[in-house]
Amino acid sequence: MHRKANMTGLLFSSPFLIGFLLFTLFPIGASLVYSFCDFNLFKSLSWVGLDNYKWILQEKEVGKSIFNTLYMVVFATPVTIVAGLLSAQLLNLKVKGQSVFRTLFYVPSIVPVIASSLVWMWVLNPKSGLINSVLQLLHIRGPNWLLDPVWTKPSLILMGAWGSGGIMIIFLAALQDVPKSLYESAEIDGAGSLRKFVSITLPSISPIILFQLVMSLIVYFQYFAQAFMLASLTNSGADQSMAGPEKSLLFYSILLYREAFVDFRMGHASAMAWVLFLITALVTWFVFKTSKKWVTYGGE
Amino acid sequence: MVEAAQKIVRYSLLVLFSVVFAAPLLWLLSTSVKKQGELFASPPVFFPKVPRWQNYADVFDTINFFRLTGNTVLISVLTVIGILISAPLVAYACSHIEWKGKKILFAAVIATLLLPYQVTMLPLYVIWTRLGLVGTYVPLVLPAFLSAGAGYYVFMIRQFFMTIPNSLVQAARIDGASEFRIYAQIMLPLCKPIIATVGVLVFLAAWSDFLGPLLYLNDKDSYTLSLGLYAFMQTHYVEWEKLMAASAMFTLPIIVLFFFAQKQFIEGITLTGIKG
Repeated sequence: MHRKANMTGLLFSSPFLIGFLLFTLFPIGASLVYSFCDFNLFKSLSWVGLDNYKWILQEKEVGKSIFNTLYMVVFATPVTIVAGLLSAQLLNLKVKGQSVFRTLFYVPSIVPVIASSLVWMWVLNPKSGLINSVLQLLHIRGPNWLLDPVWTKPSLILMGAWGSGGIMIIFLAALQDVPKSLYESAEIDGAGSLRKFVSITLPSISPIILFQLVMSLIVYFQYFAQAFMLASLTNSGADQSMAGPEKSLLFYSILLYREAFVDFRMGHASAMAWVLFLITALVTWFVFKTSKKWVTYGGE
Repeated sequence: MVEAAQKIVRYSLLVLFSVVFAAPLLWLLSTSVKKQGELFASPPVFFPKVPRWQNYADVFDTINFFRLTGNTVLISVLTVIGILISAPLVAYACSHIEWKGKKILFAAVIATLLLPYQVTMLPLYVIWTRLGLVGTYVPLVLPAFLSAGAGYYVFMIRQFFMTIPNSLVQAARIDGASEFRIYAQIMLPLCKPIIATVGVLVFLAAWSDFLGPLLYLNDKDSYTLSLGLYAFMQTHYVEWEKLMAASAMFTLPIIVLFFFAQKQFIEGITLTGIKG
């Protein structure tokens, strides 16, 4: 009987297992080997030991890309989560036309990233974009957004907050699940809105906040498509650096892509991928570890 | 009094948020029918006096829009089929079958979620190149049939499967139903909502994918819309009215899909158990 169950289990999971072997395990091994080699599509592997990792430690552009990526991780993650939570909280209030508002808040998040990046490049156009045009009507001189190295990353964060609808939907579902009785008893005790939000809402949805936090961290550590688009546009034609004004858009994944597919240094790129893997794993572990202090699970 | 004031604040905030969320899309639509002279006009033109629909026709003339749409639909539909065939199978093995590998299997699914795609991207590119399949849709579509990169969806389906009482499965087993029959005739029909949600999410992700096509497609005729739009941007990057028209045409199918499948998009999320 047990053997039969084992066979069935294996059978049902076989498509995944084959995929896991071919598209995950084998590439992981190969990429580890590449990371110790000098290699590209036009020449065979030659062992270079730790050279690629030494390069990561020494190359200034890597440092710059890590700074830019951490900037996004540290600022964009909380901004998108707060934007999502705030819009969810607003929608969760008893209001008429809730579904219309919900649609309006949600739709930006499903606009394909290439299209939304294009739209934002135009919205943020320093002369004739929507934001600076509105500011101009108010006699305020808007910043140069995507052309000013100080403003490029805030522009991307703004774009991220605009697309926070996916996060909002999950928060909304969680908010609707908080037992009404908790709020009622708090009201009897004379708690105000803010007090209720801090001592009831936040603890009740803390597992979801943790989930969103981990997912967002991963997304921003791997940030690619939007930056790739913006950098290709702010670059002038022949420039292949894909780094944006004063390298302010040179993110880790962009540099990795460039090393692998523009400069054909697979060894560098593979070592970078492994460093990214280690950093992501470390940060995720750290978040889970500290989460015990602030996440409360149901039944309490 | 206080109630009325609260109500006003509430609705003003809602309207403010709505304007912020909707404005870029309205700006997109308004630009897509502007004349070139209106693009950089001062004071800015918010509503073009005479909409210039010709911009859309121009896009049709410069890129082979139907072809690109066809390519994108083909890739997206095949990806959806692939994942909807393979992911529920694994999810079943992670939930209602008591077997030795169950825990390890689920751990492997979760591990794929945390693994940065950059780690596997390079060796896979090398493999597909060596197999001579770069330039075809195989690297974009085949992994879906083996649930590769679908950890998140497997996880969602598995969470939903867990809500189906095991006693139901046990009863069918005692009646002598084969495991595949239980899966196909009891499990799947009960799990239609989550299957539909995953289908919609996979379609959306495949439709919007950029990096995959960027790596694997090199012939203009086989481009997807994402890639076509990117190439179009590189050659027309000051003609914002055309870029906006193209973006609108690229986004429209997604918006239409959203209105037909609102339930799967919005309520589907609540089915998945992600919320807690």
